[in-house]
Amino acid sequence: MQLEIDVSKKFPEFSCHLQCSLQKARCGVFGPSGSGKSTLMNMIAGLLNPDKGYIRLNGKTLFDSTAGINLPPEARRVGVVFQHAHLFPHMSVEKNLFYGLKRTPRDERHIDPTHLIQALHLSPLLRRNVTRLSGGERQRVALGRTILASPHLILLDEPLTGLDGQLKYQIIPHLNKVFEEFNIPMLFISHSIREMRLMTDQVLIVQQGCVKNTLRTEEMARDFMGLEGQGYVNMLDLSSPKTVDDLLEYRWGTVPLTLVKEDNPGPGQFELDARDILLFKKHPQATSARNMLPCTVKKMFQVRNRVGVELNCQGQSLVAQIVPRSVLEMNLTEGCNVVAVFKASSLQRLY
Amino acid sequence: MLTLSPQDYQAILLSLQVATTATLISLPVGFAIAYVLAFTRVPGKAILEGIINLPLVLPPVVIGYLLLLLFGRNGWIGSHLKDLNIQVIFTLTGAIIASSVVGFPLLVRSIRLGMESIDRHYLQASRTLGARWWDTVLTIVLPLSGRAILAGMTLMFARSLGEFGATIVLAGNIPGVTQTIPLAIYQYTSSPGGDRMALSLCVVSIALSFVVLLVGETINRTMARS
Repeated sequence: MQLEIDVSKKFPEFSCHLQCSLQKARCGVFGPSGSGKSTLMNMIAGLLNPDKGYIRLNGKTLFDSTAGINLPPEARRVGVVFQHAHLFPHMSVEKNLFYGLKRTPRDERHIDPTHLIQALHLSPLLRRNVTRLSGGERQRVALGRTILASPHLILLDEPLTGLDGQLKYQIIPHLNKVFEEFNIPMLFISHSIREMRLMTDQVLIVQQGCVKNTLRTEEMARDFMGLEGQGYVNMLDLSSPKTVDDLLEYRWGTVPLTLVKEDNPGPGQFELDARDILLFKKHPQATSARNMLPCTVKKMFQVRNRVGVELNCQGQSLVAQIVPRSVLEMNLTEGCNVVAVFKASSLQRLY
Repeated sequence: MLTLSPQDYQAILLSLQVATTATLISLPVGFAIAYVLAFTRVPGKAILEGIINLPLVLPPVVIGYLLLLLFGRNGWIGSHLKDLNIQVIFTLTGAIIASSVVGFPLLVRSIRLGMESIDRHYLQASRTLGARWWDTVLTIVLPLSGRAILAGMTLMFARSLGEFGATIVLAGNIPGVTQTIPLAIYQYTSSPGGDRMALSLCVVSIALSFVVLLVGETINRTMARS
């Protein structure tokens, strides 16, 4: 995907000038509420006209004030998944799903509906009334509806914000799966670092109507480590759970990890706060913490008064967050061996 | 005892004919104007709105008189119609026009309120899914404002059944041609010994209006359920 934007728009109480160039297939737009994220989205989709500037997608001009080009939304082939799904209330799930497909020229239809319905587990919902769907189901239908129109780019406007707790993360594997399987670039809009980490590779940081920075998602997560009340969160992909006494043992690559028991153990994504990891120079032998991983220090980076220590643990990467004084006292250097220790209960399931 | 003369039956039929025709021909125009008022930002929208709502606040006789000026032989529209050999005043067409103008604001207001309650995101979603604006109007706006359209049609139909002031000025009170129920009742009450006949027609009028509201409400509930 090649998305080039340079637009400005003035509102009575807010003005924005957004300029960026995005290449990655999984991009995010990150910023607090009212920073101009949705304005940007509406301008790309053609739902709001910029005052001046241009928007180009894969070399095709969607908007250009100097050339007088302004394609209507239906001609842009940019799909949108709204925060509250906005499924048409007077149509069944099936009719909603096929709304976009029916309006796509035959030679532009790249998605096989049967395949998509299967990937999003939508078949049991097809005959249902849209008012009888849960929040997560609604978002899955909205996503399917948008994808079936075979857009060249999908904009997701905080699609997880309306969902609560566990449900929020349950939809993420569906999202990732379909975007990968159907090979559609996306722009994911959110104010949650965690969602950005799970969904995107490149992030556009928007603040007060301007693009402050464009960087890799991982870099952004590390940058935010120094902020008050925020820490770096490790995302771990764990598999093959098995019960050992009253605990669970998972595999993280080749590394065994011990977790507290849960109702339905299964492979999934877990989070581990970098502040919950203790580093020891020597093996502590006996401790109440269940996970003690021998690692080597790969890299260290300082953000304000915190230090992130990137560890290599049998090929897996883990970041521990400590204060500069600990680095000095432990005499930590790149390449030295440490033991990372954390409790079984520190690992929390995301999905 | 309810007794109706052949002339009364004619008045009832005419009333239904006028109300039905007026409602049906006003519907597409009313829908279009409600759409413009609800969804677009055209200059002079307030003036357009004012003109449409004027019949709600003006005495119907005034409307009738203005229409008479407009459609009369030497009127702005009437003179053109005369060339085409079309006469409006003292005809059924006149009665329909009078009813249409008086009932129109009720129709537009109702549809417009219905349209304004539609979440704009549905329209945006439809457009980003590849629908052109008219496609969105037909597949999203029209079905989602269905109940409001029905409510507007019911109101307008009922209002047309009761239209008196504008009709008598523009179309006159000609039995069998322009004499609708209210005009017939008026004629009975102003002639000696007509009270009983007037009462019979009043009962018919009440029954008709009641049926209209009842039918409207039933359809409305069915639509709400689906």
